[in-house]
Amino acid sequence: MASQEILREEPSRGSFVNDPKVRSLFFQALVVVLLVAGVWWIAQNVIANLTRLHIASGFGFLKGRAGFDISESAIAYSSDSTYGRAILVGLINTVIVAVVGIITATIIGFIIGIGRLSHNWLIRKICTVYVEVFRNIPPLLVIFFWYSGVLAVLPPPRDSIHLPFGSFLNQRGFYFPRALWGDGSWLIFVALLVGIAMAWFVARKAHQRQMATGQQFPVFWTSTALIVGLPLLAYALSGFPLSFDYPKQSTFNLTGGFQVSPEFLSLYLALSCYTAAFIAEIVRAGIRGVSKGQTEAAAAVGLRSGSILRLVVVPQAMRIIIPPLTSQYLNLTKNSSLAIAIGYPDLTATAGTVLNQTGQAVEGVLIMMAVYLVLSLVTSAVMNLVNARMALVER
Amino acid sequence: MQEHDMSWVRTEMALAQPAPASVRGMGAWVRTNLVGSVGDAILTIIGIALVAMILPQIINWAFINAQWTGPDRTVCATVAQGGIQSDGWSGACWAFVNAKFGQFMFGTYPIEERWRPIVVAILFVALLVPMLIPRIPRKGLNAILLFLVLPIVSFVLLVGGTFGLPHVETSRWGGLLVTLSLSFVGIAVSLPVGIVLALGRRSKMPIVKMLCIIFIETVRGIPLITVLFMASVMLPLFLPAGVTFDKFLRALIGVSLFAAAYMAEVIRGGLQAIPKGQYEGADSLGLGYWQKMGLIVLPQAVKLVIPGIVNTFIGMFKDTSLVLIISIFDLLGIVKQNFSDANWATPQTARSGLVFAAFVFWLFCFGMSRYSMYTERRLDTGHKR
Repeated sequence: MASQEILREEPSRGSFVNDPKVRSLFFQALVVVLLVAGVWWIAQNVIANLTRLHIASGFGFLKGRAGFDISESAIAYSSDSTYGRAILVGLINTVIVAVVGIITATIIGFIIGIGRLSHNWLIRKICTVYVEVFRNIPPLLVIFFWYSGVLAVLPPPRDSIHLPFGSFLNQRGFYFPRALWGDGSWLIFVALLVGIAMAWFVARKAHQRQMATGQQFPVFWTSTALIVGLPLLAYALSGFPLSFDYPKQSTFNLTGGFQVSPEFLSLYLALSCYTAAFIAEIVRAGIRGVSKGQTEAAAAVGLRSGSILRLVVVPQAMRIIIPPLTSQYLNLTKNSSLAIAIGYPDLTATAGTVLNQTGQAVEGVLIMMAVYLVLSLVTSAVMNLVNARMALVER
Repeated sequence: MQEHDMSWVRTEMALAQPAPASVRGMGAWVRTNLVGSVGDAILTIIGIALVAMILPQIINWAFINAQWTGPDRTVCATVAQGGIQSDGWSGACWAFVNAKFGQFMFGTYPIEERWRPIVVAILFVALLVPMLIPRIPRKGLNAILLFLVLPIVSFVLLVGGTFGLPHVETSRWGGLLVTLSLSFVGIAVSLPVGIVLALGRRSKMPIVKMLCIIFIETVRGIPLITVLFMASVMLPLFLPAGVTFDKFLRALIGVSLFAAAYMAEVIRGGLQAIPKGQYEGADSLGLGYWQKMGLIVLPQAVKLVIPGIVNTFIGMFKDTSLVLIISIFDLLGIVKQNFSDANWATPQTARSGLVFAAFVFWLFCFGMSRYSMYTERRLDTGHKR
């Protein structure tokens, strides 16, 4: 009886000062007190400063008249629009450059990354030089290089450089023919959607049949025919409604067509080139991470080299590639805020202007932070979905 | 019965035969590395065409047609642009870099005081080089000198105002001086802060853990420019009226905190990779929390993630160029500022200045990444699979 009581007794810790639980509670309480005191002090200062500067806090300023122009906007905007709309224009511009940049960077990155693993010495060296150059210089410098070093010294509109398909390149940007969709062109888009849906259906059926019977079906060619053929058919049936508005050269400027500003162009090119170098390294690491035994086993089973790549190497490499690829996409999105240095009106630039005009520093920075956080979360969520599809299914 | 001597053994070595012609020499190397198959040959041709198209242009521009010295823009402009070069000339304007070199290094630091940053630079190199060479002993003393004494000496020397040195405002600092001091302080601050944040994130105290997660994830989710914006427009609001502090210091705080969040995630990766037995082993020896971390866990964890740490350093070194957005003129900022100098404005100026800046940044970053690869190999104790 007595011995049991001794066992149940808590071991002596000397003083309660040495008890980890007490210590942990004490430190956390200390942190909370310090934090609350700090926040309270800052809040007091902010309130005092705002009343001194006669600035009303809150997000009501978003409804005020902006009064400044934005050079590029995907939605209708004038200086009479509200501050809220100005920030929205910036957000859309950020999203545009991020999406286009991510697509281009992925393509260049995969090409360079695979090139670094090529058996061909020359290709390998060229790709290595590309990666080592772009990885080691600041993205802002690359942006300036495209902007002031390349695009600003192009000829003026009078001596524009002619490019294929009726496009032009000059100081004021890149001009290409604008597509004009005539009556009945909605049929083409419907046909495209139908084509994609049918291709997906065919791929599913073919997969099921192969699983059940082992018979293969030429999915790739059927889908291509469906996705390309149906819209073409619709195009012909609806009486060729598509025409182009070509840019025309006049004395001082180009008229018509679609103009891509040098600001957008340099930001887009710089972000793509810069991020591609990092993606290339990720792709290289991913492919090298698939052990040689996998390739050899696939060859022993009798797969051809194309099938080995498609069915064995790439799916396994993608598992290694996708998580770091996601963080590169996030980096590209965040780096697009460098646009402010060359005057492309992205979110940081427009929100910065709003912030300077209204003095609503706290709200302005909060909006910026919130939007970038949301953009990051959305990108992560999409990539996590892709990752979940790719991940190894384990029991 | 005739005995066959079956135990005959050849005693002399057979003469080594030359390797088959198909696996050695130039020809075989070309065959395996350049024209292994039809596809390979096509790739090689494309590669050669690419190199032949780009390389001569670069060499021509950077060396053969380049202008190395000159008093003003005329040496770098064609006749049509008001210079002395023939039409169609295109070459680097190193004369511009040459003329502005002092500015690119020190910004508008007063010329008669420029010996001060030079002394700091010499001290920095004199302390850094022995730190980087593993064979040189007394690393502890060296580290104290480099990370504690040097910053104080540099501060006194660069800022001045004491010991009879005239005061130099930080707004006059610029160029490589700003880039290097921002990065040095950023590195020296972000590593310890990052370690503390990483430990906090893995701590068992829920409030500490939550605060660390909120800080790390928020900072990692927003661009550095936003952080710098915050440091430049929000910080004055946070302080009592009339209290201001130096813009350079604000940028330093912004850059360091930003890097610390990234560093924390790298270190956390290392902490997670240490097997639980190491923690338990340390506990069973009776070590306290800081002893356990400092003596057992962190040395192993940091060693594992050296590449990640150096990558963060490189990223931060590159990111210091962003301070030009809040008008602090680092190397890139000062180069860009000089484009508008009417005395040197030619179509080649921007390109030449940027290529020079890119080269300087590249040298530092490439050097760091190579050194990290070397350290990784040196510290590799073979535990890795």
